[in-house]
Amino acid sequence: MNLGVISKFLFFMKLSKRIFAGLATASLATTLTACGGSDTSGSAFDDSVTVGILHSLSGTMAISESTLVDTEKMAIEEINAAGGVFVDGKFYKIEYIVEDGASDWPTFAEKSKKLIDQDGVPVVFGGWTSASRKAMLPVYESKDSFLYYPIQYEAQECSNNIFYTGATPNQQSEPATDFMYKRSPAAGKPFFLVGSDYVFPRTSNTITKAQVAQLGGKVVGEDYLPLGNTEVAPIISKIKVALPSGGIIINTLNGDQNVAFFKQIQDAGITPANGYYVMNYSIAEEEISTIGPEFLEGHYGAWNYMMSIDTPASKKFAASFKKRWGEDRVVADPQESAYNMVYLWKQAVEAAGTFDDNAVREALVGQTFNAPQGPVEVMPNHHLSQTVRIGQINSSGGFTILEETGVVTPQAWNQKHPSSKGYACDWTDSSKGEKYKL
Amino acid sequence: MNNSRKTQAWISLMIWVVIIAAIIAAPAVLPVFRLNLLGRYLSLAIVALGVDLIWGFTGLLSLGQGIFFALGGYCAAMYLQLNSAFEFPNGIPEFFGLYGVEKLPFFWEPFNSPIFALIAIWLIPSLVAGVLGFLVFRNRIKGVYFSILTQASLLVFFNLFNGQQKLINGTNGLKTDVTLLFGQMVGSDVVQRWFFWISAVLVIFAWLFSKWIVRDRFGNILIAIRDDEARVRFTGYNPTIFKTIIFAIAGGLAGISGALYTVQSGIVSPQFMTVPFSIEMVIWVAVGGRGTLLGAILGAVVINYAKSLVSEALPASWMFIQGGLFILVVTALPEGVLGWIQRGGIRNLLVKVGFSRNIATYPKLEIADREDMKV
Amino acid sequence: MQLIIESLFNGVAIGSVLLVAALGLAIVFGLMGVINLAHGELMMLGAYSTYVTQLLFKQIPMLKPFYDIYVIVAIGIAFIVSGVVGILLERSIIKRLYGSPLETLLATWGVSLILQQFVRSVPLAYGSGVVVALLIALSSPLLLPDDLLAGTKGKFIKAGTWFLSAIAGITTGGILSSLVSKLGRASARNVDVTAPSWMRGGIEVFGTTFPKTRLLIILITLISVVLVSIFLSKSSWGIRIRAVTQNRSMSDCLGISTETVDVLTFGIGSGLAGVAGVAVSLLGSVGPNVGGSYIVGCFMVVVLGGVGNLLGTIIASLSIGVMTDLIGAGRLLTIWPTMPSPLASTIDFFATTSMARVMIFALIVIFLQFRPAGLFPQKGRMVES
Repeated sequence: MNLGVISKFLFFMKLSKRIFAGLATASLATTLTACGGSDTSGSAFDDSVTVGILHSLSGTMAISESTLVDTEKMAIEEINAAGGVFVDGKFYKIEYIVEDGASDWPTFAEKSKKLIDQDGVPVVFGGWTSASRKAMLPVYESKDSFLYYPIQYEAQECSNNIFYTGATPNQQSEPATDFMYKRSPAAGKPFFLVGSDYVFPRTSNTITKAQVAQLGGKVVGEDYLPLGNTEVAPIISKIKVALPSGGIIINTLNGDQNVAFFKQIQDAGITPANGYYVMNYSIAEEEISTIGPEFLEGHYGAWNYMMSIDTPASKKFAASFKKRWGEDRVVADPQESAYNMVYLWKQAVEAAGTFDDNAVREALVGQTFNAPQGPVEVMPNHHLSQTVRIGQINSSGGFTILEETGVVTPQAWNQKHPSSKGYACDWTDSSKGEKYKL
Repeated sequence: MNNSRKTQAWISLMIWVVIIAAIIAAPAVLPVFRLNLLGRYLSLAIVALGVDLIWGFTGLLSLGQGIFFALGGYCAAMYLQLNSAFEFPNGIPEFFGLYGVEKLPFFWEPFNSPIFALIAIWLIPSLVAGVLGFLVFRNRIKGVYFSILTQASLLVFFNLFNGQQKLINGTNGLKTDVTLLFGQMVGSDVVQRWFFWISAVLVIFAWLFSKWIVRDRFGNILIAIRDDEARVRFTGYNPTIFKTIIFAIAGGLAGISGALYTVQSGIVSPQFMTVPFSIEMVIWVAVGGRGTLLGAILGAVVINYAKSLVSEALPASWMFIQGGLFILVVTALPEGVLGWIQRGGIRNLLVKVGFSRNIATYPKLEIADREDMKV
Repeated sequence: MQLIIESLFNGVAIGSVLLVAALGLAIVFGLMGVINLAHGELMMLGAYSTYVTQLLFKQIPMLKPFYDIYVIVAIGIAFIVSGVVGILLERSIIKRLYGSPLETLLATWGVSLILQQFVRSVPLAYGSGVVVALLIALSSPLLLPDDLLAGTKGKFIKAGTWFLSAIAGITTGGILSSLVSKLGRASARNVDVTAPSWMRGGIEVFGTTFPKTRLLIILITLISVVLVSIFLSKSSWGIRIRAVTQNRSMSDCLGISTETVDVLTFGIGSGLAGVAGVAVSLLGSVGPNVGGSYIVGCFMVVVLGGVGNLLGTIIASLSIGVMTDLIGAGRLLTIWPTMPSPLASTIDFFATTSMARVMIFALIVIFLQFRPAGLFPQKGRMVES
């Protein structure tokens, strides 16, 4: 048998299924009307669809990832309240299964298999750390299923089965480095790079080093703290030796390591007042409230979304999150990203008219959404084009937005990283695919 | 006396019949996902057997079996990565590109050969275990000191692998799902089913092997070391050699287990060398019954299966259950479930509750007769 | 010169955190032979106590004027909280396991898992309530006259005290959660302890900045060490503890209540973990995993120092601290820039925080090859156990 025959057969099967389903609904509708008086709008949905949510609910990452679960639940509830997903003439209610990745990368892979094979979900929203995504990727590729991943990350990856709504380095770190070197109070000073010991900080710093060299600046040192270790004293000693009279520190430390870092650099006199400015890629409003603004005031952050964005969409997003989960809660970039991806999935499914992976994948590219950060659009490389903002942390725990770029298109393969220079990704063109030469 | 031995043999036989029937029936009954889980847990039973050999029989509580487990996994993953690296730039695994590495690090080279990889999976872990063990045992470091040192070594290896992105891909680990084996994708259902069978067969072989080891004089010396090391030394044996050998064997079993676990879960990463995972291995054995071998297998499979079911339903509660299990098994059930049953625990319980009449026996004599059951 | 002072200070600073954390462990391990893997979680309880104390001082108007000294109050509270939980642990589990250290190791690991999940899933207010209830229930037999507790009547009275303390615990939880809204919800989120303003920043001496929090921690460590050694060598209970350590059955014969000694020792060891928790909370954030990152380091200190030897513990922790700074910060290269290149590149390879850890643990294992019983081995004739 050749493949053509199979695909035709499959197509026919699908078609007949759809026709059958249509007939079934029609007949159901007639029976209902025949019964008389029975009101279908009583339960506004014709059917339901179950999606998967996969984040860490236990272990070290639970702190960060649980906020995404909250946001995704909220987005799903909003969509349901607005009538659900309208596919193929039917209104579907979205149900969800939440699975725990337990901050353990192999568990993420295991739970993905469970969601796909056991529960048969059409889509999984999940992940935070790059390592968890790297562990899940082969599962989705081998089962040809679909993962939506909401975190800003190091890029250098472009899977046909993952849809990335977070920023790529050229949508976060590159404009930030540029700002620090040219327009910040420490402009022209040398750089020191600090990060947690895993792939995102290392790749991000490789890009930063290349970019600083292009700009004509100097990187005088870098160090990585093992995950889970909070003894930052040796790193502080290194910074003081490398930057005796102030400079720029690029910080990609993870989660609670930031608390130790900022508490102790302040004590050691590494402060904006003494000419040291820290640019952070992992500190959003959520983290500022944990660390305490008194330790962070005057340092910088770069994100696509900041809570202080003064637009109705942004305010509505923040207000409904607070309403749903408590007045003292805050929203931040990762949450906005998670919120967008649920809506973009809904739009894509509606445009495709089916929950089928391939059709949704095709329909997804080109979708636009009026996100809390402003308009975003899905690009052919499965990433989002979005706006970049540079903010300075203020005493009230938010960002004072200093700069705002236009909409930046994402680079899945970074153009400053030596290994990927000159490559790009395009899934809409079968001759290009994952990685092609520009 | 003879009678109770016979009962125990019957119990073991019955358990084996159930196990083998379950293994044969599983592929037909279980969905793909659950079958894959069962395969992984069977492979974990192999490392549990190793823990039982060193802890249950020899009295060495190692909290660092994760090292050897992960080493075995890395050996398998390195071969698989190289085997499917031809499609990537420079003909080396894809992740090297991320860090700008263009030449394969030297220690990767031998893993091009499948035979080398197959041997390395168990030989490298057992060599590492042998060397580490020898250094520690030579100085007569034992008991809790040994436990603490193995835990510290675990951290050393964890940091080493975690920090070396350019050599071994650091935190991300090596993935195996999308690599090729005999032209087939490792993550595909067909290959996974094969790995299930291999795991099942290897568990049985590992059990027979362990049984053979503890059968004769060698096993008796191990038990003697556990019960009174000084006396063994005075009798003219050198405990260091025996301890080193058994520790190396347990390391080799851990390596095999890690390799099987890796190919079935699709990734090996330094996460295998975290402190909790290695301690969990001990609890499987403790719950199943230390010194029983069969208990180790049952403990590993049942507890892990329970873990995945419970954490699906109530993610937060597993930590409580696991913690409770540790406390319970140590304070109330020191022989483990199987040990408890083998000593007539069910009958005693029935007697206590009043369902059955107490039979007059001389339990102390029976126990005194059974060297391998002493704890 | 300045470099050496700075390096030494950093080393002492890192080492003193280790020392205060390992002190309690060394006492419990050295004197009782108990491996307490829940020690890190007792530290965590101390750190959370600091956080709760801080919030109370911030939010309750009556306590507000004393905000600046809350850290000192927190030390006391942390000592009591961890001590009480430690005593409960000893009474309920560990006392059944004396003489089998491997079993205690597993059981306390189980306890540590439960404690971690407990702070994740129970609101802090009610967690504090549980501690208050335990405190009342455990201390009531000491406060009530003995004849009340005798006989059948005594059993009822005992049950009554437990009932009353349960009510007291629930009330405390209720009051706390209504007073301070932040304490009323369960949360896996890490929380942050902020030092009062007088403790922030640094002191400059001869062009070198000494962070005040680090100085405070060194001070806390120093006081704890001095108090513990005075207690052990001068007070009558200290002497009893040492007697029981040397020969349990003989002490028992001579009329020392070994059970009380066990409770006391474990309580003090756990309480010291609480004090360590205060110190740790000043440096980083407070979360369910805060103890886990210290525990292995603490054990290395105890093993390196030699069991049951306070001086050994001190020297071991300080030398690990100094080495962490020397290796991790790559100071050897700064001190000796003209080092031959193969050596220099090796040192450079280990000059990151994670590789420094690898190096130090490896050095300790090598050291134990020459001195298997640590820096200061226990002297005297002993039967190998």
